[in-house]
Amino acid sequence: MSSNGSIIKLDHVHKVYDTGKIKVEALRGVDLDVRQGEFLTLVGPSGSGKSTLMNILGCLDSPTEGTYYFRGEQVQGLSLNRLAEIRNRRVGFVFQNFNLLPFSTALENVELPMVFGGVPTRERRKRGEEVLERVGLGDRMDHKPTELSGGQMQRVAIARALVNHPDLILADEPTGNLDTASGQEIVNLFEELWKAGHTIMIITHDPNLPMRTERTLHMRDGSLHNGNGEGQ
Amino acid sequence: MGLLTFLRYFWNDFRKQKKRATLTVAAIVWGTMSILLLLAFGEGLKRQLDRNQRGLGENIMIVWGGQTSMPYEGLPRGRRIRFMEEDVDVIQKSIPQIENIGAEYSRWGVDVVRGSKVLSEHVCGEYPTYEQMRAHYPMQGGRYINWTDMEEKRRVIFLGYEMKQKLFGDEDATGQTVHVSGIPFTVIGVGQDKQQMGMYGGPDVSKGSMPATTFKSLFGHKYLSNLVIQPRSTNLNEVVERRLNEVLGARLKFHPDDEQALSIWDTIEGRKAMQNMMLGMQIFMGIIGAMTLLIAGVGVANIMYVVIKERTKEIGIKMALGGKPRIVQWQFLLEAMIICFSGGVIGIFISQLICDLMSLIPREEGSSMTWLGNPTISLPIGMITIAILAIIAVIAGYFPSRRAAMLNPAETLRYE
Ligand SMILES: Nc1ncnc2c1ncn2[C@@H]1O[C@H](COP(=O)(O)OP(=O)(O)OP(=O)(O)O)[C@@H](O)[C@H]1O
Ligand SMILES: [Mg+2]
Repeated sequence: MSSNGSIIKLDHVHKVYDTGKIKVEALRGVDLDVRQGEFLTLVGPSGSGKSTLMNILGCLDSPTEGTYYFRGEQVQGLSLNRLAEIRNRRVGFVFQNFNLLPFSTALENVELPMVFGGVPTRERRKRGEEVLERVGLGDRMDHKPTELSGGQMQRVAIARALVNHPDLILADEPTGNLDTASGQEIVNLFEELWKAGHTIMIITHDPNLPMRTERTLHMRDGSLHNGNGEGQ
Repeated sequence: MGLLTFLRYFWNDFRKQKKRATLTVAAIVWGTMSILLLLAFGEGLKRQLDRNQRGLGENIMIVWGGQTSMPYEGLPRGRRIRFMEEDVDVIQKSIPQIENIGAEYSRWGVDVVRGSKVLSEHVCGEYPTYEQMRAHYPMQGGRYINWTDMEEKRRVIFLGYEMKQKLFGDEDATGQTVHVSGIPFTVIGVGQDKQQMGMYGGPDVSKGSMPATTFKSLFGHKYLSNLVIQPRSTNLNEVVERRLNEVLGARLKFHPDDEQALSIWDTIEGRKAMQNMMLGMQIFMGIIGAMTLLIAGVGVANIMYVVIKERTKEIGIKMALGGKPRIVQWQFLLEAMIICFSGGVIGIFISQLICDLMSLIPREEGSSMTWLGNPTISLPIGMITIAILAIIAVIAGYFPSRRAAMLNPAETLRYE
């Protein structure tokens, strides 16, 4: 919103999973441009390659073929440490099953990216508390995930994704494990974040969600259809 | 990332697998104890052997006359070679490599009488040098034969510990009188009770010793029973042996190459051989112990693989949040090292406790307990064990933790 610089540029990206016996071509030549401040949804049938795409966008995995530029930097060939740094500083992940550390408190979970980022203890605590307040969990900081509802767990995960001020927030079916009401709250929260300037991409099966975002990408059999440009 | 923060998070993760950690620690405890106790028992055995060898005397050669096996200067083979007191002086003067020399006369079945107690015993006439060379150390309050006793042919006797017990019981014997072959002798001292591994002519504790000169005039022996020689250093034994053959050969007329003219018991060689054997045994025991510890180490590595498998999801989460491979690796490496370290510390502690308890068990001299009952954890043993532990800890941690660090983040997150 604030700036229109390109944050993601995919050029003919392929991803082949080689399981030994069979090769699965999960992505078959994906081209994609995402500019800073966009709010996108990615939809498509199960197995079409949505999560695969997201893993590549988030530098959790690398393309088999094609090029990926993240903020102008070519991702292939970067060291494991550099990739970890990008995930740490630039990307915030939100998963369907929350992926919180079960034995750590909400605050500790939120502090973890800052731990990896080398933020000093005091500042870590302050920022952790702020971001938990922001997602409405100011009174649940010392609760373990087992002591929280699904919606609350997902808020912790969102707080954790936000805390290092990433350039990009990637959410893989963030409402998939939630009832309609809490799912709605989470979507509202994303909308708020987008309005505050974050770039957000949400994978979803919820047919209503695309209506609230700027742009919808349709994925089928490893390819994007009528994605670029639509909704603008 | 600050070390403290790292450790705090590490501890959070580590805490929750107490049960598995406990089992692994137990394996390391067991391995550490095996190596330590095997080595400690070996060390105890070695020390006991050493002590018993010292009962005979340290670094001495005992020389008996034999029979010639080569003709020499017209004399036939088969002649008996025997020594007299004059030979002792000649040897000392002609062989500078000798530090100390002594000799003894010996006689069995000598009447030793005290009051109503009549014994038939082994009695020797000895040189004062026997005190140091043959470990004839007196108990508190007494003394061994000295040179004045020798010169004045005093009627004094030094009793072995058991002979004294037979004659006097627990009474103090020093200063009292016993009759040897009907002649009154003053007891000047009683030998310390001692373990004696090598011996000739029976154990020292059950004989009586008088000055060689006194013995000679009392019993009229012409020939000494044997000589005892101590070289100036332990590597001079072969030189001394050859010079003995030359010097005595010239004097008593036998060929210096005649191997049967003198019969020499070189305890120095024996001691060296024994020390080598003990070293071999300790190495062997050490290897067995190290194997046990190694197996425990394999167990740790194995458990680490399982732990990593179970915590794949956690690893994936950390990687997604920007945890670098190095941090993941350190987490598991540290875990393995903590397991090994705590196992090692507990193992060392328990082993020391066992050694301490063993030393409290009362034991009779000469029973099997004297050989087994003195396990000793010496400094080198401790250091060897700790070094092996450290190596095993690093190896057991390195490979699994490396595997964890090299996992593909996307794959780990898919793992359920
Ligand atoms: N690690 C992997 N190894 C082998 N095949 C994989 C792997 N990950 C994904 N696939 C395959 O790649 C294809 C795309 O999978 P992906 O998870 O991206 O689908 P998706 O669109 O996210 O589906 P869903 O909506 O069910 O989450 C599928 O056929 C899947 O079986
Ligand atoms: Mg998916």
